[in-house]
Amino acid sequence: MSTPTGILAEYRAQRAVSKPASRTIKPWYQNMPLVAGAIVVGVLVLIAVLAPVIAPYDPIAQNLQETLQSPSSEHWLGTDKFGRDVFSRLIWGARVDLRVGFIAVIIPFTFGTIIGGLAGYFGGWFDIIVMRIVDVFFAFPFFVMIIALVFIFGAGESSIYLAIAIVSWVAYAKIVRGEVIVAKEQDYVVGAQLGGMSHMRILFRHIGPNVLSQAIIYAMSDIVMDIMAIVALGYLGLGIAPPVAEWGSMILEGQEFITTHWMQATVPGLIVVVTSLGVSWLGDGLSDLLNPDRRK
Amino acid sequence: MSNATALRPHAESGTFGNAEPLLTVSNLSLGVRRGSNETKIVDDVSFDVNAKNRFGIVGESGSGKSMTLRAIAGLLPRGVEILSGQIAYRGRDLAAFSASERRALMGPEIAMIFQEPMTALNPVKRVGDQIAEGPRRHLEMSRKEARELAVDMMAKTGIPDPARRVRAYPHELSGGLRQRVMIAMALSCRPKLLLCDEPTTALDVTVQHQVLRQLEDLCDDFGAALVFVTHDLAVVNQTCSDLAVMYAGRLVESGPVKDIFRDPRHPYTRGLLDSAPDFDRPNRELLAIPGFPVNLADRPVGCSFAPRCSFAQKSCLTRSPSLEVVAPGRTAACFRTEELFQEGSE
Amino acid sequence: MLHRLTFIPSRLLQAVPVVFGVTLIVFFMAHLLPGDPAQAILGDKATPDAVSALRTQMGLDKPIWAQYFLFLAHLAQGDLGMSFTYQRPVTEIVLQAIPVTMSLVVFALTLTLVISIPLAAIAATAPDKPRDFAVRTFTLIGQGMPQFWVGIMLILLLAVRARIFPVGGFGETILDHVYYLFLPALTLAISLSPTAIRSLRTSTISVLGSDYVSTARSKGASGVPLFRQHVLRNAAIPTVSVIGVHLGYLVGGSIVIEKVFAIPGLGSLMLDAIYARDFPTIQAVTLFVGIFVTFVGILTDVIYTLMDPRVNLAAKGRA
Repeated sequence: MSTPTGILAEYRAQRAVSKPASRTIKPWYQNMPLVAGAIVVGVLVLIAVLAPVIAPYDPIAQNLQETLQSPSSEHWLGTDKFGRDVFSRLIWGARVDLRVGFIAVIIPFTFGTIIGGLAGYFGGWFDIIVMRIVDVFFAFPFFVMIIALVFIFGAGESSIYLAIAIVSWVAYAKIVRGEVIVAKEQDYVVGAQLGGMSHMRILFRHIGPNVLSQAIIYAMSDIVMDIMAIVALGYLGLGIAPPVAEWGSMILEGQEFITTHWMQATVPGLIVVVTSLGVSWLGDGLSDLLNPDRRK
Repeated sequence: MSNATALRPHAESGTFGNAEPLLTVSNLSLGVRRGSNETKIVDDVSFDVNAKNRFGIVGESGSGKSMTLRAIAGLLPRGVEILSGQIAYRGRDLAAFSASERRALMGPEIAMIFQEPMTALNPVKRVGDQIAEGPRRHLEMSRKEARELAVDMMAKTGIPDPARRVRAYPHELSGGLRQRVMIAMALSCRPKLLLCDEPTTALDVTVQHQVLRQLEDLCDDFGAALVFVTHDLAVVNQTCSDLAVMYAGRLVESGPVKDIFRDPRHPYTRGLLDSAPDFDRPNRELLAIPGFPVNLADRPVGCSFAPRCSFAQKSCLTRSPSLEVVAPGRTAACFRTEELFQEGSE
Repeated sequence: MLHRLTFIPSRLLQAVPVVFGVTLIVFFMAHLLPGDPAQAILGDKATPDAVSALRTQMGLDKPIWAQYFLFLAHLAQGDLGMSFTYQRPVTEIVLQAIPVTMSLVVFALTLTLVISIPLAAIAATAPDKPRDFAVRTFTLIGQGMPQFWVGIMLILLLAVRARIFPVGGFGETILDHVYYLFLPALTLAISLSPTAIRSLRTSTISVLGSDYVSTARSKGASGVPLFRQHVLRNAAIPTVSVIGVHLGYLVGGSIVIEKVFAIPGLGSLMLDAIYARDFPTIQAVTLFVGIFVTFVGILTDVIYTLMDPRVNLAAKGRA
């Protein structure tokens, strides 16, 4: 074995000097992305939960005497073409978009993780078949497949869940499979196998917790993708049926009046940006928290 | 000769004094600055290199030898900076050069050869183009002229079939050939000063010897001076006329190679000589230096080598020895050098 | 050089099962429709004669595997059924829309590079400095913006307010097309560049710290020539596969963007088909996109090989 020589060793020495605490886990409150993400998502969830209390108007109550008003003290963000209060609709929209975004990941997360875990652990023909299926699913762009499936299953919330589940599980399966393949070569797993532990116990007790953190981190970016999909479906008129307040359909309705009432299409989009920013931060923070050694 | 100049290790040009040194490093300190905190990687290092001479710097990993070389080439890694002291080329402080003057220097005046020829060559460019790059930039050669020069330089460095290999990618060549390409590249603009950072460490021992010979011959032919950084004393013995030994960022001993090999004046140098395999005496017992190099961030108050030194006494742990003249043309930084290494003692 | 491309035939062979899988999924889409597939495809207003004709054509009275082979046989002849909105073969309509969407995708890809390379360079040359922070903020926000909303905002700013670009449409001449496609392509580029910038930034930082960049500097190279000759190609190699993976995302995104800008490509075709419940067209577009993405994967490998002389996929396959 040659020892590291020259510049490299010096550079390492210098790094060791400049980053003395790089290996220690920061307490959660020093994890900026985590804190920022938690605050943003927390506030949004709170708004969604308290929508009936904080929204000044009924989000679907039409008032044809007061259509397309500009922002005022009565209607902070004005009214839409049916005279509905845009601010209230924005608040109620959080309910729909956040709920669908967070619920939609549950099925693909569970199913993909289990399939990927089994494929990675047992390998063999099962693994080969699963990976072929994964390849095929990856051939379809996320959004093309979602639109086609929502069409097939018919509009509505449950079709969205189903469509997203069918499309998204493959990513979890691929990630978890890769992690399991690495994990099962680790000493503690080999040890457990030699100790005569059953496969299922090893998979769930020993490999599971280590592998799961990767799936959770991915789930955060998946939530962002799902929210994007729901909003886009809403915009295309294929999502949650009107008159329910939903950010995507609000953008669609606002686009009609882009020349005169630019805020109506702009503001719901900004809320989407804030939401995905918050969830992304949460994901970055979680990845810091769950695998501090693996930072790029 | 004043005491100050006597203290600096000096690659003598054969004839005494008169010539101004090509390279003057004065009280150079390099390190990482973080707020008011300074971690010195190189501490107060001075030496001169005269034209056409060969100066070796020997030390372990982390001794600061490669950083010193990088500072001369202006290639310090991000975060490492010159804390104090200066580097002068032909009597002019490099810090006073503008960025473009500095770049104009790199190639025609100063060139560098790196330790690992695999990573030091751009993996996606043909070696011929990489050799031709310098001449095209500095000597304003046409593409064709530069290509011909590349073939010529490759032939000079002993690469067989250079007309074909000029089109090769680095990964298609062996380690020895890659390092020859590096040499061809470094010498392509006929520099006056060649900086070598462990140029043969990554090579097999037999190849190492050939490449070294070729390098020496070419330096003679081109009239280039050499600063040669290595951890391998045998290589220095073969190549260099003068030597400086570094430990934990400081010079601990310097002088003519022959004198130091015959009669080291610092316990660390002695340790290095004892731990290196000696081809003349293959049966001699190898003595490793016990312990590990010092942590630069947490440098002891006294002599940095004291924790590993078998001759350390109390004073070594409380005060840091400075570089003193121990014989004509020789310096060492050790409190006990006189009592330990009496003239002629072995 | 060229011998390294001998992996292409075997790579094409590997794609065969994937393409079959794609056809299988598209085939099953009809059976996922509620009720009788033929009836569902033709809609409620279809005459019983038309439905029974389609039933025979699809072989619905035969076992499912026979139906699939029938589907493949029709597919091999380029027959994917008739569009009932246009009353023309679906294949014909799709082939007409492909060039439009492809030009949009290529244009968007070009703009992505134009945006990403300088921004990544700006960020990578000063990691953790203000300008790096600014670029990273852009990537973070860029990833959170719904594509269609970006399009609407660009229309608002550059078409409605500034009146530089048209609100939508495709134009008549080639020059028109470039002009009309600029905003939609920019929209797609804005949403793809965060991914490209992140990848390029990371690889550029590592290339800038590499020994061969030190070597280049020791030859007196700096600034743009250094970046062009020694940094860019090396840093771009990992990004090629990242972009390859995300090209499908680009195609998917173009569906919504085409609707925003009223461009007559695959996306508009698919959405109009969905609104009109024109199932054969939906099936055809989905099939084409799936096959396209599969071949983009192969193309990515080819580009990767051409860019990096060390890569030899042919040798790997033989092992």
